[in-house]
Amino acid sequence: MEHIRMPKVEHVRLVDRSSSRRTQVGTLYLTATHTIFVGKGSEDRNDLWVLHSLVCNVVKHKASQSGYPLLIICKNFQVIRFIIPQESDCHDVYISLSRLSRPEKYEELYCFSFNPNVDKAEREHSWDFLDLKAEYSRMGLPNKLWHVNPINREYRVCDTYPADLFVPKSVTLPVIVGSSKFRSRGRFPTLSYYCKENHATICRSSQPLSGFSARCLEDEQMLQAIMKSNPGSRFMYVVDTRPKLNAMANRAAGKGYENEDNYCNIKFQFIGIENIHVMRNSQQKLIEVSALHSPSMGEFLTGLENSDWLRHIKSIMEAGLFISKAVAEEGVSVLVHCSDGWDRTAQVCSVASVLLDPYYRTLKGLMVLIEKDWVSFGHMFSHRCGHLIGEAKEVSPVIDQFLECVWQLMEQFPCAFEYNEKFLISIHIHIYSCHYGNFICNSQKERKDLCIKEKAHSVWLHLWEKKLDFMNPLFKPDQSQNQGLLRPSTAPYCFKYWRRLYNRFDRELHPRQSELDCLMTVKEETQKLEEELALYEGVKLNFSKSGVLDSKQALWSLPLDTSLANTPQDYIGGAPNVFTLQQGERESAELCLFGDQTKSSDADNSDQESGVADFSSHSSGEESLPSEDSVKDPDSDETGPNRA
Amino acid sequence: MELSEHIKTANVEAVTLRRPFHPALRGTLCVTSHHLLFSDRKDEASRQLLILIKNIDAIEKSVENLFGYPRAVGSSGTITIKCKDLLVLQLEIPGMEECLNIASSIEVLNIVITSHRQKERLLWDRWRVSKVNSDYSVCPSYPSAVIVPREVDDDKLIRSARFRQGGRFPVLSYCHHRNGMVIMRSSQPLTGANKKRCKEDELLLQAVIDGSELGYIIDLRSAQQAQQARMTGGGFESKSCYSHWKRIHRHHERGKVVQESLIKLVEVCSDPSHTVDRWLSKLENSKWLSHVHSALSTAGLVVECVERDGHSVLVHGSEGTDNTLLVSSLAQLILDPASRTVTGFLCLLEREWIQAGHPFQQRCAHSVYSHARLKQECPSFLLLLDCVWQVWRQFPLALEFSEALLLRLAQEVYASNYGTFLCNSEQERCAAGVKENTHCLFQSLLKPDIEEQYLNPLYEPTDLAIWPSVHPQSLQLWTGMFLRWTKHAQNMEEAREEVWRIVKEHRERAGPDRTNNTLSTHCDTLTPFENLMDELTIL
Repeated sequence: MEHIRMPKVEHVRLVDRSSSRRTQVGTLYLTATHTIFVGKGSEDRNDLWVLHSLVCNVVKHKASQSGYPLLIICKNFQVIRFIIPQESDCHDVYISLSRLSRPEKYEELYCFSFNPNVDKAEREHSWDFLDLKAEYSRMGLPNKLWHVNPINREYRVCDTYPADLFVPKSVTLPVIVGSSKFRSRGRFPTLSYYCKENHATICRSSQPLSGFSARCLEDEQMLQAIMKSNPGSRFMYVVDTRPKLNAMANRAAGKGYENEDNYCNIKFQFIGIENIHVMRNSQQKLIEVSALHSPSMGEFLTGLENSDWLRHIKSIMEAGLFISKAVAEEGVSVLVHCSDGWDRTAQVCSVASVLLDPYYRTLKGLMVLIEKDWVSFGHMFSHRCGHLIGEAKEVSPVIDQFLECVWQLMEQFPCAFEYNEKFLISIHIHIYSCHYGNFICNSQKERKDLCIKEKAHSVWLHLWEKKLDFMNPLFKPDQSQNQGLLRPSTAPYCFKYWRRLYNRFDRELHPRQSELDCLMTVKEETQKLEEELALYEGVKLNFSKSGVLDSKQALWSLPLDTSLANTPQDYIGGAPNVFTLQQGERESAELCLFGDQTKSSDADNSDQESGVADFSSHSSGEESLPSEDSVKDPDSDETGPNRA
Repeated sequence: MELSEHIKTANVEAVTLRRPFHPALRGTLCVTSHHLLFSDRKDEASRQLLILIKNIDAIEKSVENLFGYPRAVGSSGTITIKCKDLLVLQLEIPGMEECLNIASSIEVLNIVITSHRQKERLLWDRWRVSKVNSDYSVCPSYPSAVIVPREVDDDKLIRSARFRQGGRFPVLSYCHHRNGMVIMRSSQPLTGANKKRCKEDELLLQAVIDGSELGYIIDLRSAQQAQQARMTGGGFESKSCYSHWKRIHRHHERGKVVQESLIKLVEVCSDPSHTVDRWLSKLENSKWLSHVHSALSTAGLVVECVERDGHSVLVHGSEGTDNTLLVSSLAQLILDPASRTVTGFLCLLEREWIQAGHPFQQRCAHSVYSHARLKQECPSFLLLLDCVWQVWRQFPLALEFSEALLLRLAQEVYASNYGTFLCNSEQERCAAGVKENTHCLFQSLLKPDIEEQYLNPLYEPTDLAIWPSVHPQSLQLWTGMFLRWTKHAQNMEEAREEVWRIVKEHRERAGPDRTNNTLSTHCDTLTPFENLMDELTIL
């Protein structure tokens, strides 16, 4: 609270970049957790809530005629533009927000003050929702070749690994310890995915400390044991996900990669995925492209090309495909590593898992996968997502890229995934928002030390409860094509720009009607009818009629779509009012149109001008994503304004 | 709103009809847009009755059992219909609700039909069909009949035609019902270097806006190109001569450039080995999506003028046979719900492309692989289909037809068993006897049992204009067309089948009523194709 210099500013304008007509005037509040904008005018109750932890940057712009612009740039790619009348107010808000959005300690994060109306038992239940032990046993582990080794129970061997680790039964403790000493940060090879059908595994580790010539017998034994634990195969792959040049450079620092001569029966392979710094810069460029105001087609495509973003996505996808094919088609185990084994390794292992196992294409499966490959294996969420103020160089969109790979797969296989892109976007928000405890800290150990489970809530149950929003109506689990290995094409044209993620808040860019939402409604309707049928079986009752009415309404109750259908776009390519009449004339023309329209289309409850307003009021209900998850959470009401 | 949408109950069984000279009959009563139909389902004509709704002068209803239970057995109502030809008849309708529905449907229809007529009459006060081109001498590429302002006589048209390239004088392409504003199209005026004028052409355009303050001329060339065109005898409408028209220039590529774009696009699509960078750079370099972008933007601009600002628009480029048609037909798709049905869309193509004289034979002589030297080839029509596809992506419920129809058309336009896309103009088709010697593609597509694959299972008509987003982020490569023969397409096919399965399952469960709702509205609007010219006249 002490950071808030200015709790309330009046007469602030919230600018909508796409249309100056949608600019709202209202009051800006700063609370301990949120920035809140309440628009004036009773009918337009579309308050804007922004979590401080979602704020990536606050920027002051040069004063304009109307006041002092303040930009809030969010980690979910939302850019909010305020214009504040007084310079001093603007400065105070700027200073306050700059501090509030850069917490120094974990304790300042929102998840520790977030307090939904649930009791302790329910909170604990939320943490029990996902159980990694159950996940391993779903894979068929432990079995006669693999078991949980308790060596890391106290995080002594490797403090960034989880407590429970699967290693081959044949491996002895000294081998593990020896191997861990030969690996960066002690991250010795351990199991990530096990394929029941052919016993092939995906294992992961960090780079070996091989330098130019060092070797380690225990590490060699470790790999040997992993290979042997797949009885059918005569060799295993070791995949270094770095570009060869980077790996070679690491040798000079006493790190490096496996020498094929020292390890028997390994096939070594480089896959050139760039490091976190390259990825950070690439995404930065991509964001700049996505934020271009009315670019030409050429500018957009060139910008997309120059960002290199899709090239990186493709390289991750190809790595995942290589591994999944090795496992599923060749029946060969794979050891994956990069430098530390928590960024590219996590990406590649999880992409391969999605390709290999249909379970990860279900809602719960994807949650488990992220919990396993990312959370438990020590992906440094707090560093990579910039949860706390710190090293800017540690920030990198590694998990974004994984989610995007899944999205690209969904685009290629529309029937193979149980979830839809809203689910991915929700996960993305929660990773950054610090609303729940799951993604706080950098490792399991840190989370345990901080007692996250006692102090914060888990997001997975929350997402599960909202699963109806996240369902893909086209999902066909029984389709043979969707069973087993997905074989995506990695032709360049299969990689698309993810508009829904990067331009999520530019409403005018998105389709005005949603095929999937409509299908979902139809499906639900069918189900309801079936239930009714079962209920009234045998009774002569003309129930179908009511069903018909319902369905008709349901279809039309996609107000987002119909109302927006009537929002004209900017076809002029510039400021909205450049073209046509003088201002006065234009307004009168619009006014009279407005009147006509309201009359003529009352039936549809949407007309051209009010369509715009309609949308904003519907948006909280319809597009549940922005409002519910990120900016405004209904649960959080009590922690919000009251605190202010 | 379609007339049929005013019908609350279309069908009632077990209705008893009483009328003079006939015994009471029990049968089925149907309400359609223009008729009341009664039949006891036997073949004799005497046992059927067909009354024009327009013929109904008054309707009286008396419902028995008003205080009873609405759905109780035996509740019924009687409607007395008094016709303008003095016939009076009675219908006993079981079910009070049905009875009231029928009565109110008839009442509403009666009013609406009248107002429809009035609107039409209003239109016809201002517009007329001119046969000045019946021997194709005024404009060889126009059809024999065109729609022009009523107050402009044929002589003036002839003079205006002399002042326009290829004789393509301004004609009506679309009239917006809501406000009576129109989209006209023409070719460029032949002002030439010394700024020639043509009084009749000016009058013609003046008659178009008819007293309203302003019209817009959307010139599909940049201002500079339009200036340059004067050197070769072409030109533009100058402010001083057409004082009530405001000119807006939007640059559109044409001819060879667009053809080369297509060639480059297909080339890069057929090589999956490119890196992503190379792919994006070549995609950009092909400029195809830029053409899609400009076509949709300009169409949006036209719609904005007509629908939002309430002004009439004249669209032209140079010849007025390519981009002009592209823009005017896209604008109609965005504006007019009728052009989003299968029939409506095919009518639009017939009017705006085939009759309007898009030189199909020249433009589609070769596709992208031919080594023949480019002459007149230009994929304007394919560009239209791509733009329509983009609109469908953004409004997946708004079009009655599916991507498959667009793909079929894309195929037929280059090679066809049908005569529809033959020749370059109606004149040529007439001379070649196309109508006598070939079959019509559109008619075959519109067979009563239209193939399911051409229909959009999710179609839900909307009366609103569907403004597409033209931001580059919103436009996509038409994978269904350009990556048609890749693995990609199979997965999409699977998704399409799944959509159909879900919808069909729903229809089965929801019973026949629901099925009728989507599919039969389609059948209702399915008029025989010979009526195209009527379509033109009704507008």
